[in-house]
Amino acid sequence: MITAERKPFEEILALVEGHDKVLVAGCDTCVAVCLTGGEKEAEILASELRIKAQADGRTVQVEHTAAIRQCEWEYLDAIADKVNEYPVVLSMACGIGIQSMAEKFAPKLVLPAVNTNMLGMPQEHAVWLERCVACGDCRIGLTGGICPVVRCSKSLMNGPCGGSHDGLCEVKRGDEEIECAWALIHDRLKEQGREELLLEIRPPKDWSLSSSGGPRKMVKEEAKPV
Amino acid sequence: MSATEYKAGSNLEKILSAGTFAVTGECGPPKSADGSIIAEKAKLLKGYVDAVNITDNQTAVVRVCSMASGYAVQQNGVEAIMQMTCRDRNRLAMQADILGAATLGIKNILCLTGDHMSFGNHPQARGVHDLDAINLIRMYKDMRDEKKFQCGEEMTVEPRLFIGCAENPFADPFEFRALRLKKKVEAGADFMQTQCIFNVPKFKQWMAEVRAIGLHKEVKILAGITPLKGAGMANYMKKFVPGMDVPDEIVERMAAKEKGEPQQAEGKKLAVEMIKELAEVEGVAGVHIMAVEWEPAVPEIVEAAGLLPRPVVA
Repeated sequence: MITAERKPFEEILALVEGHDKVLVAGCDTCVAVCLTGGEKEAEILASELRIKAQADGRTVQVEHTAAIRQCEWEYLDAIADKVNEYPVVLSMACGIGIQSMAEKFAPKLVLPAVNTNMLGMPQEHAVWLERCVACGDCRIGLTGGICPVVRCSKSLMNGPCGGSHDGLCEVKRGDEEIECAWALIHDRLKEQGREELLLEIRPPKDWSLSSSGGPRKMVKEEAKPV
Repeated sequence: MSATEYKAGSNLEKILSAGTFAVTGECGPPKSADGSIIAEKAKLLKGYVDAVNITDNQTAVVRVCSMASGYAVQQNGVEAIMQMTCRDRNRLAMQADILGAATLGIKNILCLTGDHMSFGNHPQARGVHDLDAINLIRMYKDMRDEKKFQCGEEMTVEPRLFIGCAENPFADPFEFRALRLKKKVEAGADFMQTQCIFNVPKFKQWMAEVRAIGLHKEVKILAGITPLKGAGMANYMKKFVPGMDVPDEIVERMAAKEKGEPQQAEGKKLAVEMIKELAEVEGVAGVHIMAVEWEPAVPEIVEAAGLLPRPVVA
């Protein structure tokens, strides 16, 4: 799923500075599941903004709403009346939802209240791990179901590098240890009896299939209305 | 101006600082480890240009790197303008390479975003684009003027650089092109070279916008000239080269001559006429002649344009 984190409150305040009519728009799909930008979180942010304005002696009109999915036109239609009442929308959707909102209601000012951060797997309650970068050229079939593009800090095709120790990567993310993806791949392939796959030189990836080749577009001809 | 006041003290900087009309050329390094080609191209241009751009994997095709080629042309008596694109290097490499270039005596640097990988011979390559050209200019300016790396750490000996940028007056949105140049100047560009000019009226319109915001007094502007080798090339550039604005009358003028030598002569004649016309535009400090794989045409064009002899500066 797509995950996002709320921006620091100070940053959100700076974004809406000078605006006294703001609609906080949540999205009830991915960002709701990761407890960041659903209707409940939109309601909380709207309250925080009202409380802050009150403390500063400013009069503001801040409300909240939520779309089932901000990334789909029909769900934006469902909240259009509310959105049209406000000159500024603070969207809590992922980057896709924010842009859909901005496009649908252009040239209305649509501002991001979250940082979209990954395609993550919920490992346990309130913990997500990055598992995919949508590179467009999946090699997981050769690596025991473990993605080296996103889980190896160097995106190696032929790991592990010399920085692998005790199953850990030489890189830390903040204070957190990172598992060595290639140690995991090695162990998994061994378990599968396919460790000979590690001996083949894997060629460089085709990055033209990723965003490196320009923004992507997917069309399913067979699914188009006739 | 005393030597210590120059930012880099390059030939190009001195000529432009003196208010002399500058002439720069361009040299595309070879697609092999044959260093003799670079030396030959340098010998061809020596005495006809004040400095020569050394392209950096132009159109995203692998060639001898601009640092080694720049060093080679300087060994052969022509000052280099080393091109540096953001496509192939991250900020570590871009800083390391400029330190290396400075130790080899390279003083002029042209900061570019770089043509996209999809245009070149390795379309599957991952584009780096860690910085864009504007941030690259700023990083080099800070290295030179503040003796600071991009991370803020200090260095003992700074690279002395004359920092250049490019701008395309023919790209859209037109109303933003002069303002984008302003950003590059604010970031630290000392000189700029334009995309090849074929649509002179539009270039003049752009220069009017540049002058309206006073940019011609803050950055040395070199007008880009590409001599056309034939009508086919004119057509190709019109249709297939991104960001190029070739008016129909130019294509027609070339096509009116016979293929081969007559068209080549017309191409050179057109280049000379354009140089003379552009030199009269207020704020144009020089010309940048990009004779793509046609370097031998440059001496003749420079001479016919009345730009010889090139000044010798102390």
